[in-house]
Amino acid sequence: MKPLFPTLAAVAALLAVGYTLRPARDAGAFDLAGFGGTPALVNGRIKPLDTVARTALLTLQGRQRVQTLDGRALAPAEWLLDVMLRPALANSYRTFEIVNPDVLSLLSLAPADGDGGKRFSLAQLRPRLAEIDRQARLADDVESAVRTPFQKGIVQLRNAIALYQHLQLTLVANDPHEFLGQLGQLTGLLARPPGTATPAEQILIRELGTAFTTMDQFSSLHPVPPAKGGDPTAWASIGTAWTRALETRRPDPAAADFAALAQAWHAQDAPAFNRAVAAHRARLEADFPAVMTKARVETRFNSAEPFYTSAVLYVAAFLCAVVSWLRWPAALGPLAFRLILIAFALSTAGIVTRMWLESRPPVTNLYSSALFVGWGAVALCLALEAVYRNAIGSVTAGLTGFATLLIAHHLALGGDTLEMMRAVLDSNFWLATHVVTIAVGYSATFLAGFLGLVYVLRGLLTRSLDGATADAINRMMYGVICFATLFSFVGTVLGGIWADQSWGRFWGWDPKENGALLIVIWNAIILHARWAGLVRARGIAALAIFGNVVTAWSWFGVNMLGVGLHSYGFMDSAFWWLIGFAVSQVLVILAAAVPTESWRSFRGIAASGRSGGPGAPAPAS
Amino acid sequence: MNPHLCAVRDFFVSLRLTIALLVFSFVLVFAATLDQVNLGIWAVQAKYFRSFVIYAGFGGLAVPVFPGGYTIGGLLLANLTAAFVFRFKFTWRRSGMALSHAGLIVLLFGELFTGLWQRDYRMRLDQGETRNYSESFRSYELAVTDITDPDFDDVVAVPASRLAGRREVQHQKLPFRIQTLAYYPNSLLQMRPAGAPPPTGPGPVANRDIGQHIVAAPQPLVASPDELDLPAAFVELAGPAGALGTWLVSPQLAAPQEFTAAGRTWRIALRPERLYQPFRLTLLQFSHDRYPGTQIPKNFSSRVRLRSDDGHEDREVLIAMNEPLRHGGLAFYQSGFENNDRTTILQVVRNPSWLFPYIASGLMTLGLTLQFGIHLVGFVGSRAARTAARPGPAAPGAPAAQTAATRPTVPTCA
Repeated sequence: MKPLFPTLAAVAALLAVGYTLRPARDAGAFDLAGFGGTPALVNGRIKPLDTVARTALLTLQGRQRVQTLDGRALAPAEWLLDVMLRPALANSYRTFEIVNPDVLSLLSLAPADGDGGKRFSLAQLRPRLAEIDRQARLADDVESAVRTPFQKGIVQLRNAIALYQHLQLTLVANDPHEFLGQLGQLTGLLARPPGTATPAEQILIRELGTAFTTMDQFSSLHPVPPAKGGDPTAWASIGTAWTRALETRRPDPAAADFAALAQAWHAQDAPAFNRAVAAHRARLEADFPAVMTKARVETRFNSAEPFYTSAVLYVAAFLCAVVSWLRWPAALGPLAFRLILIAFALSTAGIVTRMWLESRPPVTNLYSSALFVGWGAVALCLALEAVYRNAIGSVTAGLTGFATLLIAHHLALGGDTLEMMRAVLDSNFWLATHVVTIAVGYSATFLAGFLGLVYVLRGLLTRSLDGATADAINRMMYGVICFATLFSFVGTVLGGIWADQSWGRFWGWDPKENGALLIVIWNAIILHARWAGLVRARGIAALAIFGNVVTAWSWFGVNMLGVGLHSYGFMDSAFWWLIGFAVSQVLVILAAAVPTESWRSFRGIAASGRSGGPGAPAPAS
Repeated sequence: MNPHLCAVRDFFVSLRLTIALLVFSFVLVFAATLDQVNLGIWAVQAKYFRSFVIYAGFGGLAVPVFPGGYTIGGLLLANLTAAFVFRFKFTWRRSGMALSHAGLIVLLFGELFTGLWQRDYRMRLDQGETRNYSESFRSYELAVTDITDPDFDDVVAVPASRLAGRREVQHQKLPFRIQTLAYYPNSLLQMRPAGAPPPTGPGPVANRDIGQHIVAAPQPLVASPDELDLPAAFVELAGPAGALGTWLVSPQLAAPQEFTAAGRTWRIALRPERLYQPFRLTLLQFSHDRYPGTQIPKNFSSRVRLRSDDGHEDREVLIAMNEPLRHGGLAFYQSGFENNDRTTILQVVRNPSWLFPYIASGLMTLGLTLQFGIHLVGFVGSRAARTAARPGPAAPGAPAAQTAATRPTVPTCA
């Protein structure tokens, strides 16, 4: 009976994961999945329109879900189509997140007017657009690091509105009905022999020519593929494709398909929409099969949200493992381990998919570093758990896995996480060696710190830390710190060699370099203190917990200084989270200073008076 | 052994000194990182790492507050060396330790040599332009050039540091002495409105050439690594027959100033210090690649022609991000560009000790990997043995058996 439960529960979890991986189905008559899977070149990368829609939604409102005023949920691709082709409707969707109270009061809005108290529609903002622009211009002159919350909020809002308006200029230049009608006229005109245009038609051509230029200037979407055999990166905007058509008098077939699907969506004609999407996709499948394969995989990856599922599983595993220390260890311990295994496999698949999509090593920006640091820590935890089987590896895996995915989620709000690399970073060799090694060093240092947290909190607050377990955690911490020292050091040195190759010096005392060095020094301090006999298990735990602060500082804190050659990873929010994290760690370290006689787990056992000083508080209760 | 010597040895060999020094370096690096926001990266390096003592100002009083990088690094070096001589046992089990610590010694020496010997220059090349010298980033020199002969120039260059000391300079090739009246490490030059009277402040006044129309004001040194200090100096030239006049010189002045003295024609200018090299570089093409459809830079590269003065070398080289050119003891890096992608800026580094970190890293990586591997094998082995024996639970927090085994034996004076 007993061994059956964990297996069954794990199989159920596996089935749930399988369910998230199913292909997306269309709820209505429109082939939205087909449209969402259509690729376009945006910001240097060819990606499906589904990704474009999701990234835009994350940037505008911090989440991918969007609903109409009557409460119907929209697929991201559907939202994108409405933004581009049914502006009156889309302007009523509440997709602009505004939280700053000063910005709200400037707009004469109250939180109660918004969806969830913070999301507003363009229709609500429209009366104050000129004022938003004026205020943002005032704030533009202030360096971004020293802007007030109001200034940051207003600049962010202005940028969000600009992003939204630029999307609106992708398929049409102005009112969709009028523009698509003119486009139809133009197509007929181009089919006739040259020189037969009436004066009115010549005016139309001139007007459309200006409109096409405007569209090309403002829309960053380039959905028109190059001619087969041409430069594979020369994707064009709809505006450019039509400008060319004016010269060659032959409309680009892809642009014509987009015009047809735009017309169909505007008129809500599902069969015509599906025909246009199918025709466009069929041509792409024939000319660019590799691009279409990537687009298909990426769309599936988007809808599966593997990291979200993993995060849920990590939480479940963490809870199972913690409870297993107190009750039902035989059932919950193995279950936790299996859940971690499933979550780990899923996030591995997610990371590998991202690497394949991008043709890059796993870590390319802060977002992917969060994914990878969590992945590395969980891998180490699995190794520990496989050896010790005492659920400690599962607890730390659940904790680090969830925490890093949560951090990653917040880092994803800035835009597409599969972004192009800055010139200096464009080196797969160094990304694969230096960056990955450093990230593994972060993972291991964090893991040692989390083991320290488990040691202190479990020993201090519960009776469950028996001698064998305490000894096991002690050994784990030591091993993990050795591992962390090795990887942090090697990673730092590889970084030095990269710096020597690209900047002409091995070591420049740049903040990010110093951060990495601090981790190495801190780990070296712990190891030497242990060898000198200055600290034992409790001391190592406390020092390892401080390692969390050091690593968090090196990972995020130095970026907040905004100086140095590495400041491309700059982020200005999250500062208070970092401070809060550091304070919480210091509090646990202070708690660890309570003499072990008072720890609930060691009461009575350690009465030999090893470490209690004269000022030690008497055991309570 | 002499008890005093013995105590000294015990001090330097002790593991507690190691820990103390590591803690000191931790604090030092952290403080230096934070202070970069205020001081900028160059000033921080000088204040924290290339110093023996760090001073803090308390009401105009410089109080030593913390040991500097040289002190901590030097003591660490002494500590390490002492450990090598007196403490380390060279057994297979400890071989990784010995190797990684040997690497650390090489690394510390490398950093010391780099601090002493590394020089940074830059070379700015327009398309088609050829140069056989690089210019210093932050050091300047007063160049006095005899241009009487149209075929060659005869240059006497005085480092700006000598001007700053305001000592009189004499040189056998110069028929006059150079006396610095004022030297501003950073300065602001402004045109004096026509007709305005010459300034009557405490500073000296130039009475020759363009300097008569310019007011130079000293400025505080810059903190940001993106900005440069632009010095200015007032120099008085005096021949045997008396003073020739006072010139204002600064790299902010576009062209050198010309004058005649002792029947010859001279040019005088304060310019970035030059490093002449026995070869010439010509910029053939600078390329600035962007990702398609965006302005995000993908790569910068400069195709240059390299010709040596001895005529034995004449080839094309591509200098790109992460792909420097190493030639004649110098390394040329793609650093920047200007002038609408028609001018490239190369960073030029001379560092005779550049191989040190590579050797050190190799030793340390090998050592740490070896030590970790030996530990891991030992751990797996002992665990297999214990699983077979099934011992009872150990006391909480009791020192693990291997702590005692691996704790190094410290020599005593007994």
